[in-house]
Amino acid sequence: MADDPIIRLFHVHKHYGSKSALADISLTFGRGEFVFVTGPSGAGKSTLLKLLYLGTPASAGQILVDGMNLARIPRKRIPYLRRRFGIIFQDYKLIASRSVFYNIALVLEAAGERSALIGKKVRHMLRSVGLEKKADVLPPSLSGGEQQKVAVARAMVGGPQIILADEPTGSLDPDSAAIIIGLLEDFHARGGTVIVATHDREMIRRSRRRVIALQDGRLATPAAREAP
Amino acid sequence: MRALMRRTWLDLSSHKFLNLITVITVALSMLIVSAFLLFAANTGELLDSWRRGVRMMVYLQEGLDDARRRDLQQTLAKLPDISEVRYISKDKALQQLRRALPGQASIFATLRKNPLPDAFELRVAVGAASPQGLQEIATTIRSVPGVSDVEYGQQWLARFADVTRLLRMIGYTMGGLFLAAGIFIVANTVRLLLYSRRDEIDIMRLVGATERFIRMPFYLQGILQGALGGALGVTVLYLAYLYVAGGFRHAGLAGAFSPRFLSPAEIGALLLGSTLAGWLGCFLSLKQFSRLQENG
Ligand SMILES: Nc1ncnc2c1ncn2[C@@H]1O[C@H](COP(=O)(O)OP(=O)(O)OP(=O)(O)O)[C@@H](O)[C@H]1O
Ligand SMILES: [Mg+2]
Repeated sequence: MADDPIIRLFHVHKHYGSKSALADISLTFGRGEFVFVTGPSGAGKSTLLKLLYLGTPASAGQILVDGMNLARIPRKRIPYLRRRFGIIFQDYKLIASRSVFYNIALVLEAAGERSALIGKKVRHMLRSVGLEKKADVLPPSLSGGEQQKVAVARAMVGGPQIILADEPTGSLDPDSAAIIIGLLEDFHARGGTVIVATHDREMIRRSRRRVIALQDGRLATPAAREAP
Repeated sequence: MRALMRRTWLDLSSHKFLNLITVITVALSMLIVSAFLLFAANTGELLDSWRRGVRMMVYLQEGLDDARRRDLQQTLAKLPDISEVRYISKDKALQQLRRALPGQASIFATLRKNPLPDAFELRVAVGAASPQGLQEIATTIRSVPGVSDVEYGQQWLARFADVTRLLRMIGYTMGGLFLAAGIFIVANTVRLLLYSRRDEIDIMRLVGATERFIRMPFYLQGILQGALGGALGVTVLYLAYLYVAGGFRHAGLAGAFSPRFLSPAEIGALLLGSTLAGWLGCFLSLKQFSRLQENG
């Protein structure tokens, strides 16, 4: 898997003001790999994911995504970088004033998908997360778990290369969590790259994937450390 | 494209009241702008004739021969402040009168002899057309041998022209101000919408939307508000025009002064102007908004 890296980080640092959130991170994610990023609250998991889609720029170091150096991507190209990712945000980031359907369709519309296909793809995604009856509902009237499912559907609908999932099962009951994990596994089985940030030890243990542990913004497991 | 329309429609319909208010305010400012334009269009002719000078009729004594008449014409032309001297023979004057009163043919039929005098039509330069100035010129001309009478009925024109000129100046200024107000109103509405939808815009960016995609509905909305406001303003002005012009006709003034409405080209320019104002308002707000975001 390391022979065909899709994401590489070289001595990446991130600090907010004077506070360091990530320090000297060097990592490689293989194409088609399924990786967990774990660590206690505040360890820097979300920050690590954020750096990958340029949600915030790295303070130092280099990040390559599919051969592109993120530090060199012009502003105008950032949307195209982001379309390679399907992102499940820890706080979902659904548009509260728009229907569930619209929230998911937005990804396709923004990517210039043909109108005829948008409806089909969105309904298909809604079915796979079991929310076909909630298409016209506004996100705030959904339960936390349902909102999380919408976030998952939105992350997957555009056919991304890489899924970044930040606590994707955080507010789900075990059955729903299993459905979501199943979707991520399917995506992985079709060749997609999956990076999941989670505290959920049980999920990590069961899946037997590579685990990257963070502690206070540093890589904590020598096993996961890789020379750049 | 259809998706864009739908998103714009969603934006419009989820802020119906705000958008309605915006369109109405833009319509009001465009109404005022176009009303001044209409005023300018209708007073243009008047000002033109004013610019050529105030008319003064000089009637000649009967029986002047051609040579004396030509002398007189030269004398008049040499007077200061006289810009034009045109001879109108009594035959020509009668013809003109006949044409002006087509229903009164019987009166002319009873005439055995032309009762009208020969005359000169003078133009008094604008600068001298004050009431006293006209009076002095008339007195001078009356004392010229061969002249029987002098008539000038257009002092009002001088005063009216001054007022008209002032009104037009005010009109252009007000028109400019209200156009600026239209731009400002659209800018303000778009700004309100942008701030109320900050989160949504951030989310769109995160899922890979380009700035163009994000901004398009706002532009469309601004342009639509401008165009609708302009159309509404011009429509209201047209109704007002119909009412006023109808009043003129009832008062029997139709022949003396028949106001015209704006030409299609002028209407087109107005609509284009208000549409551009909508676009510009939107442009300004988006620019300010993205500058704020870059700093924050
Ligand atoms: N936008 C920000 N501004 C300032 N500090 C931040 C910001 N985002 C994160 N941090 C800080 O960076 C550190 C890492 O945060 P991060 O959200 O990456 O942790 P996390 O591992 O995802 O935690 P959790 O498990 O609670 O989600 C924290 O100390 C946090 O306070
Ligand atoms: Mg986090």
